[in-house]
Amino acid sequence: MTLQLYRIDDRLLHGQVVVGWGQPLEIKFIVLVDDTVAASEWEQELYRMGVPPEMDVYFHSAEDAVTALAGYRADRRPGILLTGDIATMARLVDRAAVTHVNIGGIHSRPDRVQRMRYVFLSPDEEQQLRALEARGVTITAQDVPGARPIPLDDMLGGVEP
Amino acid sequence: MSSEGAGQAGEARSRPRAIVAGHGEFAPGLVSAVQQITGRGDQLIPISVHHLGIEDIEELLRRSMIDSGVRVIFTDLQAGSCTMASRRILRGMQDAVLVAGANLPTLLDFVFAEDRSAPEAARHAAERGKAAISVHGAPA
Repeated sequence: MTLQLYRIDDRLLHGQVVVGWGQPLEIKFIVLVDDTVAASEWEQELYRMGVPPEMDVYFHSAEDAVTALAGYRADRRPGILLTGDIATMARLVDRAAVTHVNIGGIHSRPDRVQRMRYVFLSPDEEQQLRALEARGVTITAQDVPGARPIPLDDMLGGVEP
Repeated sequence: MSSEGAGQAGEARSRPRAIVAGHGEFAPGLVSAVQQITGRGDQLIPISVHHLGIEDIEELLRRSMIDSGVRVIFTDLQAGSCTMASRRILRGMQDAVLVAGANLPTLLDFVFAEDRSAPEAARHAAERGKAAISVHGAPA
């Protein structure tokens, strides 16, 4: 089954991921790629306690994830890869050939402009997404499986059904 | 309610004793239900976290605890952002209690337990909330 979803979500592992996507896709493992979490046993334990016992969570720094990704892609179980920001996902696109990226949640910050209900972007982040798309990556915003995937152009235009 | 005396409000307001936080309208919805059933909804501070990132959620909850003095948080989901943020806050606040997976029976028990300290009442309410789920109808 391999990785079903490559998701950018600044809340990382939370209800929408574990329950909203996890249950309908029958997700059995989550790969959380975040340098801060990867460096903290306490943070990792915090996230482990948030998932049901039948779901595994693996933690990697962005650098480690590049080499580990082949193993997760070969895994027969369905999984999700999560990053907390665009820059981390961009590193995986460059070095691990990610082709589809889901924007699950990038929330409000003083330097960001609201593009959708759950997507706020700074000008720099908007450029990063444009650059990813120019490299052939399909980028859509979709917070939960039942929502319609919104293409990047519509997302940046603030079009939301 | 009519006034009962000079300088007194007709309906005494309780001091907040806990924060309720979660997805969507979970918190205002539950607090509204508690108020409707018991008239004691003012013991609970509802917090919604639409549009907020995890760091802002943590800051909002921490600020609410400091400003109100409460040391109890009820959240909706073990894996939820509010639960994650609350657990980070509790790391530096040894006298506080988090109840994750709270439901209406939990909160009803809590608001009536004014003779207990808020953390003690929260632990008691959590047990009541667990026991309050029942299934009826067609056999499995």
